[in-house]
Amino acid sequence: MERKAVILNSKDNVATALADLAAGEVVKMEVEKAGIAVTLVDCIPFGHKFSLSNIKMDSPIMKYGEVIGKATADIKPGQHVHVHNVASTRGRGDMGK
Amino acid sequence: MSFWGYPRPDGSVGSRNYVGVISTVACASNVAQWIVQQVPGCALFAHQQGCGQAKPDMELVHRTLASLGCNPNLAGVLLVSLGCEGPVDDIMEGIAASGKAVDKVVIQQAGGASTALAEGCRLARQMVMDASAIRRQEVDDARLMIGVKCGASDPTSGLGSNPSIGAACDILIEKGGSCIFGETPEMMGAEHILARRAASPEIGRKIIEIVSRMEKRSLAMGVDMRGANPSRGNIAAGLTSIEEKSLGAIVKGGTTPIKGVCEYGERPEGHGLFIVDGPGQEPKAVTALAAAGAQVILFSTGIGAPHGFPFVPVVKVTANPKTYQQLSEHIDFYVDIGGRASHKELGRDILTQVLAVASGKKTKAESLGYVNFTDIWTAGTTF
Repeated sequence: MERKAVILNSKDNVATALADLAAGEVVKMEVEKAGIAVTLVDCIPFGHKFSLSNIKMDSPIMKYGEVIGKATADIKPGQHVHVHNVASTRGRGDMGK
Repeated sequence: MSFWGYPRPDGSVGSRNYVGVISTVACASNVAQWIVQQVPGCALFAHQQGCGQAKPDMELVHRTLASLGCNPNLAGVLLVSLGCEGPVDDIMEGIAASGKAVDKVVIQQAGGASTALAEGCRLARQMVMDASAIRRQEVDDARLMIGVKCGASDPTSGLGSNPSIGAACDILIEKGGSCIFGETPEMMGAEHILARRAASPEIGRKIIEIVSRMEKRSLAMGVDMRGANPSRGNIAAGLTSIEEKSLGAIVKGGTTPIKGVCEYGERPEGHGLFIVDGPGQEPKAVTALAAAGAQVILFSTGIGAPHGFPFVPVVKVTANPKTYQQLSEHIDFYVDIGGRASHKELGRDILTQVLAVASGKKTKAESLGYVNFTDIWTAGTTF
């Protein structure tokens, strides 16, 4: 069976879609041989990310086992995770650093 | 494994045998272009720099031009200068040190563009005839340096094409060859991983330093870097932050120790994996790899970046199935993320393709002639 999405590291709280996925779809994935299933809340285009767990506002978003930004809102499992609910913490001249 | 390349006086080996016609300043670029159009066998390097710049940037531009002239893919070099931008002797000397033929034509001294064109064509023709007598020889693949770049990235770059290219780098380096990658903004958020792989603490500190230097430029502008890098296209394709893009980008260099960090326009010494400081923007990023001495460039793309380089073949690799289908006239190698082949197996196949290209096989970009419009990166502004 074709994989619909991939989790790259066991520390990750997001997965990457390997196809255009519809809201309501149940996506089954594997991470370190353990199965995980997530029901999508939003449509997830190819290459985009969705949440695997409840992510609180201001907490880190993890992909490749590393921090790729922080949540700017509470995120539920199966929600689209992108620029509308994640802020980069690097190169942010707009934050008066 | 081996490849067939053109031997050069300094012991390096070219994958191509062009005469480079290099403009020393933006205002001389048109005459340089005319010479290349007139004389088959020449390759153009034109750019927008070389005048009205502070000393560090002028030094950077001259260093870069001299290094480009030393690239093994050039049999000889003709510099095209306007005149008033200042002497170009340092560039001439830098190239002459490699033992290859180098000459210049100066537009304001030649009596204008028409006479400079005639004189330039005469010099370039002689160099092309001399170059045409050089024959390819079989050499060990340890003599190869691959430049590695990713552009118009999407999430498939980090998942498929970059790790497969990284595997190709690991195999080449194990055989004694070299690889170099740049794009300092795309180390932001991943610099700690690269620094851990540095061959010495000093190299590790230098990696952190170039990333911090680049980040400060964005901070000084008072803006969110997003939109510039990751670009709008990157974001539309699903890359959310520079950190995410970086973590997917750095795997394109493979997993071996980092043997050195070059400033933009510098050439690395020794063998192994190197980093060169500079931007992600393509016409300037690829220039840094050519200046470093890469004879072939491996270029990973998600959305589909079509551009090559005038005298270094650029092999385009994608792992995005739609891009491979729609833009197949630009893509040389497809990495199937859903397929059974491991990154290592794909890396071996990519390296085989690189060696074929190094031996003369044309890339898609070369076959289209989609190779001009280059530039040089500068740290400061133009005055």
